[in-house]
Amino acid sequence: MASKTININLKIWRQKNANSKGSMETYKLDNVSTDSSFLEMLDQLNEQLINERQEPVAFDHDCREGICGMCSLFINGEAHGPDRAVTTCQLHMRKFKDGETIFVEPFRAKAFPVIKDLVVDRTSLDRIQQAGGFVSVNTSGNTMDANAIPIPKHDADKSFEAAACIGCGACVATCVNASAMLFVAAKVSQYALLPQGKVEARDRVLNMVRTMDEEGFGNCTNTGACAVECPKEISLENIARMNREYLKGMLSSEK
Amino acid sequence: MSKSVLLKSSIAKKYWMALTGLFLCLFLVGHLLGNLQLFAGGEEGRRAFNEYAYFMQHNPLIKVMSYVTYLSILFHAIDGIMLAVQNKKARPVQYAVNNAKSNSSGFARQMALLGSIIFIFIITHMVNFWAKMHFDGKMPMHTINKELEIQGQDPMTGQPTTQKIPVTYALTTKGDYKEVSFINPMTKVSENAVDIKNHTELYDKNSKLKIGEGYKDLHSVVLAFFGKKNDGNYPINDMGKAAAILYLVAMIVLSFHLMHGFSSAFQSLGIRHKRYTPAIEMFGKIFSIVVPALFAIIPLYICFG
Repeated sequence: MASKTININLKIWRQKNANSKGSMETYKLDNVSTDSSFLEMLDQLNEQLINERQEPVAFDHDCREGICGMCSLFINGEAHGPDRAVTTCQLHMRKFKDGETIFVEPFRAKAFPVIKDLVVDRTSLDRIQQAGGFVSVNTSGNTMDANAIPIPKHDADKSFEAAACIGCGACVATCVNASAMLFVAAKVSQYALLPQGKVEARDRVLNMVRTMDEEGFGNCTNTGACAVECPKEISLENIARMNREYLKGMLSSEK
Repeated sequence: MSKSVLLKSSIAKKYWMALTGLFLCLFLVGHLLGNLQLFAGGEEGRRAFNEYAYFMQHNPLIKVMSYVTYLSILFHAIDGIMLAVQNKKARPVQYAVNNAKSNSSGFARQMALLGSIIFIFIITHMVNFWAKMHFDGKMPMHTINKELEIQGQDPMTGQPTTQKIPVTYALTTKGDYKEVSFINPMTKVSENAVDIKNHTELYDKNSKLKIGEGYKDLHSVVLAFFGKKNDGNYPINDMGKAAAILYLVAMIVLSFHLMHGFSSAFQSLGIRHKRYTPAIEMFGKIFSIVVPALFAIIPLYICFG
């Protein structure tokens, strides 16, 4: 099948560094293959910018197959663009029309400060993860085989669905309150559903939520936007589970 | 359990929003059932409503509930404002383009704005009725006017005569009507038959003993507020029609607030299950339409009915 090409106008957020004031800049890009991904289109733009001896646009990317959670971008007012259940690297240019003006902005949140252009610092999510997003396993030579513990299929499935979260931060970016609830809920749920995770469940949820609040994320108002924009389709059910877990933890914590 | 977890954590704040919100939904049902009595017309309807208003002001259990309601409203509002301020701070730089309507409902995103409008409405509503019931010195007493016919004899001709004397009776908490004043047929001036203290307490003129207690005529105050002639002759509000329309607008805002708030409260409390959540959401939608609609019909019925 012959590939189609489109010509597009881009309005991209340019910001020299974390301290400088940024602005939206306009670029024209011709002959963009509709089969290319959004990131490939940005590569093409950067090639053009470099040829014109201009500073290329900085943006985050890594695996480019939708599993690492590194790419971000707020495209035409939506995290990871207009398509559903995909990351920006899997978003194809066939989703855009010839002559269309495409707005590209960094993920916006107090907890996600801009480093340069479209690159934001998402280590706040890492710090939440470090506060409890793990299970403590004895590695002194007598490690138990995880498969030796029977787990109901239903729980295993739910846990796996929560574990599909790649921590990209689209939930934060899209939330009207810049809340990280869906991310934290996925991490809490992933472990709370499994026997290995139940041991530390109480402290995990309390510590992760406390860190989330300290990092300056907003509060959940149950708009549900996060679940719609999530590239891994993490369900709001996880937020309800985290709310239950937190209530249990809050009422029974001895700390 | 530390204090900060109970009040300051983002999730605990949501529990409080949900609990106070759901309690206020219960309050709405109770308030609505009371208000629906305004549809019953005539002296019977007026009497039933004023007796109900007296009960609501004097029953100790209701008193406790009313304080819980005031606290819930205040807590819901203050907690909500605190959450909204935090949420605004969480995104200091806004997006140039934000296609929020593609992923969430406008009601859900505008809860703070809708809630603020409702809070202003609650204050005006309490000034309009609650404050009058509690503090207004001109609050009328539930009275009815009757003409008493007195049979007599003309001293000149010896013919039997009937004299009509307009008498005002007050409904007492014992359920009977007591004479409070009459028009003197000789002087044509109104004379008190009893002494009235503290708006509604009736005292015998001679013995100075309390002989009964009347009702505050809230029914007439409500009718007058929405521009209707009333049995208590309470001064009619010239802006009655505007008031009814504003009440309608406030109820539409309340409906929008509940449209998201009702089912959202269950989610905040962690009550979510694929079997029950669709039913909760459906009930929430029906609740958020039916309750404000019934509230709104009352002033429209009084004003235009």
